[in-house]
Amino acid sequence: MEYLQNILFAIILILGIGFFARNIKKLSRNIKLGKNVDVSDNRPQRWGNMAKMALGQTKMVVRPIPGILHILVYVGFIIINLEVLEIVIDGLLGTHRVFAPLGVLYDLLIASFEILALLVIVAVVLFWVRRNIIKLQRFVKPEMSGWPKNDGNLILYIELALMFLFLSMNAADFQLQQLNADHYVQAGSFPVSQFFAPIFEGMSVNMLILVERTAWWLHITGILFFLNYLYYSKHLHILLAFPNTYFAKLDAKGKFRNLDAVTQEVMLMLDPDADPYAAPAGDTPEPEKFGASDVLDLNWVQLLNAYTCTECGRCTSECPANLTGKKLSPRKIMMDTRDRIEEVGRNIDANKGKFEDDGKQLLDDYITREELWACTSCNACTEACPVGIDPLSIIMDMRQYLVMEQSAAPSDLNTMMGNIENNGAPWPFNQLDRLNWKEES
Amino acid sequence: MGSELKVPTMAELFAKGEQPEVLFWVGCAGSFDDRAKKITKAFVKILNKAKISFAVLGTEESCTGDPAKRAGNEFLFQMQAVTNIEVLNGYEIKKVVTACPHCFNTLKNEYPGLGGNYEVMHHTQFLKQLLDEGRMTIKGGTFKGKRITFHDPCYLGRANNVFEAPRDLIKRLDAELVEMKSCKTRGLCCGAGGAQMFKEPEKGNKDINVERTEQALETQPEIIAVACPFCNTMMTDGVKDKEKETTISVMDIAELIAKADNL
Repeated sequence: MEYLQNILFAIILILGIGFFARNIKKLSRNIKLGKNVDVSDNRPQRWGNMAKMALGQTKMVVRPIPGILHILVYVGFIIINLEVLEIVIDGLLGTHRVFAPLGVLYDLLIASFEILALLVIVAVVLFWVRRNIIKLQRFVKPEMSGWPKNDGNLILYIELALMFLFLSMNAADFQLQQLNADHYVQAGSFPVSQFFAPIFEGMSVNMLILVERTAWWLHITGILFFLNYLYYSKHLHILLAFPNTYFAKLDAKGKFRNLDAVTQEVMLMLDPDADPYAAPAGDTPEPEKFGASDVLDLNWVQLLNAYTCTECGRCTSECPANLTGKKLSPRKIMMDTRDRIEEVGRNIDANKGKFEDDGKQLLDDYITREELWACTSCNACTEACPVGIDPLSIIMDMRQYLVMEQSAAPSDLNTMMGNIENNGAPWPFNQLDRLNWKEES
Repeated sequence: MGSELKVPTMAELFAKGEQPEVLFWVGCAGSFDDRAKKITKAFVKILNKAKISFAVLGTEESCTGDPAKRAGNEFLFQMQAVTNIEVLNGYEIKKVVTACPHCFNTLKNEYPGLGGNYEVMHHTQFLKQLLDEGRMTIKGGTFKGKRITFHDPCYLGRANNVFEAPRDLIKRLDAELVEMKSCKTRGLCCGAGGAQMFKEPEKGNKDINVERTEQALETQPEIIAVACPFCNTMMTDGVKDKEKETTISVMDIAELIAKADNL
């Protein structure tokens, strides 16, 4: 009987981690639905980017207030998770505060966890205020209604609950230690939770044990729940920020990829020895589709970008188009891409591993042409993103599809392109007049 | 006055068996747009004064393909690029300078993958280099103490991390450089990039150039300095929209330097 708790714990742990592993597998499968792209170059620089952006949060502090608050929550969660290790060992072995023999170091650790927990609570409350009371513009844009808004708040509530459970657990434990209760070793230092003492005054040892155990169990199951909530939430960024910053673009922001498939055609056209009437060889593959109309036309880094986006909206708040009331919001581009790849993933699951055409696509069903044509390609969004997401590359790929596959550019742009084709300038001026300025006064 | 300009073409130099130090890529705006042509001439005057050996392609130059690429027409972009590269490589060009950040970005970043490898400089970088090497001087005086704000072109600043060269030049004019609230990496676009220059904007509540001009006006400048012919158009229109064109001028950095030297 005495092992019942440990067995129950092991089962919950295995279920929690197992379900998480299953979701990660699905996530990885979905990301790999994207086209291949070679990002195996410049490893030291990539590790450096990850260290700076993801680990070091350098781009978060460009905006100091949310940046510092975010660092508190981030550091808090990473360090407090050391405590989870102890909880897991205790849960499996039936020990209590198994690291207590560390002595002073243990006191120091527990004390720092408590202080961080308090700071996390402060930061989370301020985050909630920014979203719900101050209603900062970037949190109330059209794409943030419904689930995205609830998701943002739910994460804050869960974090708040976890921190309070952690502190309650310690507070009850502290009381039990003072009452010399069996099994409750004298260990740890409780700079924050000791102030909870008045709540527990006069409680019996059994009652205190009940409180301590309840908080302990809710805390660890809460953490496992949160872990599994990630896949359904924007909060996935806590994991994906790391690979995403590693795979982020290294080139100058102004350098857009040259399409190899186009290069081949251009070279063929300009090759005087090429026979334009030659029948293609029998094994010639289907000509590649230019640009992107759906998520499967994007590359896997772009899909990883979409899953990494935590909808903070820094991109959108810097976007000149969005600032002047246009429909384009770089954040929405990423959210739409994620929603669509999720839909495609569910379609594949429902159809025994094969995607069945559902008559929908990223273009028009999610992202409108009006949004795509409003972009000035200024890179404000990519610069603003704290985790190296590139909404601009998706916009450009979709423009390529519109222009090269559909000939569906706005008419003004068709005029401009016609001019370039005919006279080598975006305006209807004769190329032979290019040097006329020299003689004009 | 125009006749004073010495603008050799590559074809002329090639016939004489000469190779210039640098090719001046004029660009479509610099060749055809009335406002931008003034920037071209100002830059040439500076080059002439400093006796820099340069040449232009003249009628052999063609659009880099930048607006086509940003509009999504990769095919047209590459046709333009490959054709231009053939001309540039034919003349064995090593170094290119241009007053257009869009040409600069495309030549520098997108031509190498198609066989065009050159040292490409924006004119502000090139002028800064001449200054540092003591090959030219900038006269203070004309702009002494004047409040000048600098609008970062996206394709020079954020896209290629060139923030200091234009600012250094402004400071050398003894002018008071005042920054807008969005500047450098967080500079706000003028609204012309990504082929927007050639189309009507999408529906919104304001034009981007007006938004940016408002930011510039907040600094109470006497001059809005720019370093891109398209930004120049957008900011000039923005200043007109705000009916400030009589008190505030929009000028390219090359024009400022040429004017300071009475060129």
